[in-house]
Amino acid sequence: MAFASPQVTAFAVEATEFPDLARRYRVTGVPKTVVNETVEILGALPQDAFIDQALSGG
Amino acid sequence: MGLLTPQDQDKLREAFGEMTRPVRLLFFTQTIGCDTCLETRRILDELPPLSDKIAIEEVNLVLDKEKAAQYAIDRAPALALVYEEVQGEGDKDSRIRFLGAPSGYEFVSLVQALLLVGGRASQLTDENRQKLAAIDKPITMQVFTTPT
Repeated sequence: MAFASPQVTAFAVEATEFPDLARRYRVTGVPKTVVNETVEILGALPQDAFIDQALSGG
Repeated sequence: MGLLTPQDQDKLREAFGEMTRPVRLLFFTQTIGCDTCLETRRILDELPPLSDKIAIEEVNLVLDKEKAAQYAIDRAPALALVYEEVQGEGDKDSRIRFLGAPSGYEFVSLVQALLLVGGRASQLTDENRQKLAAIDKPITMQVFTTPT
């Protein structure tokens, strides 16, 4: 997504190395995706569902 | 992830052979207070021998604050993938970042990111590409993973 859009930046965050981030976003299971600090997606989703949810923040 | 086996190296060499443009891995590091920087360096060092299109550039988080800020990096170890779309034009940011050592499954993600930025066709559907093109505000996605 990040590569396809100049508006999107994607961070793959290794949760065990940055426990403060894992705590901040209440990461209890992975993968967990947080979009703009508001939308949270748990687990891996198919492409369409993932993108729709990711962009649903409004 | 430990050292790559010869079979792994062969497979990666073959996969990287598809790359049509060079990719640089900006490796943000710091001398003190980074337990996994050395591990990350070791993992990254495995890559350039497998492809002349992959290079590593180390950036010290403390000494080169401006460059770190440019890529929105404030922790180490961190990676940013950059490439040159047109030769001589200068670096383009892929906007793909890795925070933490790219070990375990994250190594696979890193390889896939390298291939994508290196020219492999995107797996996005046309419809999704359109949705992405219509985004009108900055979006930051953080995907949390663990090595196992």
